[in-house]
Amino acid sequence: MASLSTNEFKAGVKIILDGDPYAILENEYVKPGKGQAFNRVRIRNLKTGRVIEKTFKSGDTAEAADVTDVEMQYLYNDGEFWNFMHPESFEQMAVDAKAVGDQAKWLKEQDVCIITLWNGLPLSIVPPNHVSLKVVETDPGVRGDTASGGGKPATLETGAVVKVPLFVEIGETIKVDTRTGEYVSRVKE
Amino acid sequence: MTPPHGAAWRPSATFEVLRRRAVFINKIRTFFHTRGVLEVETPILSRAATTDVHLDSFETTFGGAVVAKERLLYLHTSPEFFMKRLLAAGSGPIYQICKVFRNGEVGKVHNPEFTLLEWYRPGYNDRDLMLEMDELLHEVLGFSPAIRLSYAEAFEQILHVDPHTDPLEKIKSCVEKNALSLISNNTEEDRDFWLDLLFSHAVQPRLGHGQPVFLYDFPASQAALARKRAGPPPVAERFELFYNGVELANGFHELCNADEQRARFDADVAKRRQLGLPITAQDMRFIAALDAGLPASAGVAVGLDRLFMVSEGIPSLAEVLSFDFSIV
Repeated sequence: MASLSTNEFKAGVKIILDGDPYAILENEYVKPGKGQAFNRVRIRNLKTGRVIEKTFKSGDTAEAADVTDVEMQYLYNDGEFWNFMHPESFEQMAVDAKAVGDQAKWLKEQDVCIITLWNGLPLSIVPPNHVSLKVVETDPGVRGDTASGGGKPATLETGAVVKVPLFVEIGETIKVDTRTGEYVSRVKE
Repeated sequence: MTPPHGAAWRPSATFEVLRRRAVFINKIRTFFHTRGVLEVETPILSRAATTDVHLDSFETTFGGAVVAKERLLYLHTSPEFFMKRLLAAGSGPIYQICKVFRNGEVGKVHNPEFTLLEWYRPGYNDRDLMLEMDELLHEVLGFSPAIRLSYAEAFEQILHVDPHTDPLEKIKSCVEKNALSLISNNTEEDRDFWLDLLFSHAVQPRLGHGQPVFLYDFPASQAALARKRAGPPPVAERFELFYNGVELANGFHELCNADEQRARFDADVAKRRQLGLPITAQDMRFIAALDAGLPASAGVAVGLDRLFMVSEGIPSLAEVLSFDFSIV
């Protein structure tokens, strides 16, 4: 894989550090008028999601990470892997629990997710921003209650637990924002 | 790469800011005019370039259709050599406002071409020039006098290390203590490298909040074109100005000794060779001027875009430039 010089650093560029792939979030050029130039970067570990700061001597290089995003449709879980399919080539890919992580609770069959690949292997997945999931368990609704006020926990078909308004009942389908884990609305079927 | 049709073409600064910038520049000219300091212009193109290891010069060629043999020229990184030739020729106090060019320098407070104010005062030393700079900042921007802090005091107060005498191991462990994770392809860096790292990441951001700061008496190894004063510890009679964590100016009690200047050029060139950097032609006309006799002087270079930026409380250079580097 190619090396990248600090002058090629910018937000979105992927590099390898200590064997892990990172995405550059911010690159700041720091140079005294008389003295050594540095590039201070904020980078996100694409395996763990952790954000750290590092400093490079300007002109130094880092190995570029072969990281790409592909859109794939979620098919089914076989007990060990989450299986996805490319919507055009129909090529299938098995993604393990490490890459799926916490996102497993938002995965519903047929939904199209973004899979981040590192050297062709799945690294992480991003579910759609909004998913529609059926409520399988929640306390009985309270008559006459409106959307305002408190709320109650509801377990969804995928196992996710979200806070919903009191009027939501078992069997209903709701829309959830996967980025915040928050209830958005009821979905009429 | 040609920008697409309908590309961003508008200025990066507002007209309100550009109008205030024009007033600011005008006040600076009035300041020097009132004091009898002569405004000069010197060439931007030169056959010689700076030897400074940390500065990259833009190169261009004199030639075109009618000249058989093209000649390599450099865009100046500062007007220093030509202005010192004027001083040596007997100009008396002089100032200049000009564009300077530094290759590869681009960022939130860096633009590869920027506007420099440079002035020289025969008979002044670095302390005298700091006083005059205080007056300039007061008259033009209403600043109160800058706090004086030596390079060593700044390191001691902020990082509790002595930059002059502490062993390199202690300097390096201070880097670690401040969680400055350095990724370097080369671990054999010299002392100034580590001091620069600490200074630019941990010291400088804390300088000049609410009130400008003059930092003076730099390590002798960072003298550039300043006189050195014997120790202990030996220091360079050099100062810098900081406001809100931004470096604004660099001044020297000027080195006048031609032999010492030759030795520093040679040391720069040796270091450039060691680092695989381009070897530029040394300015022998500048050396000849020193041989003839440069009057004892102090001089300072001020980044006017940055000074205006911080005085306006604007966070990025692009907003005070009519067109910043991303849209040229």
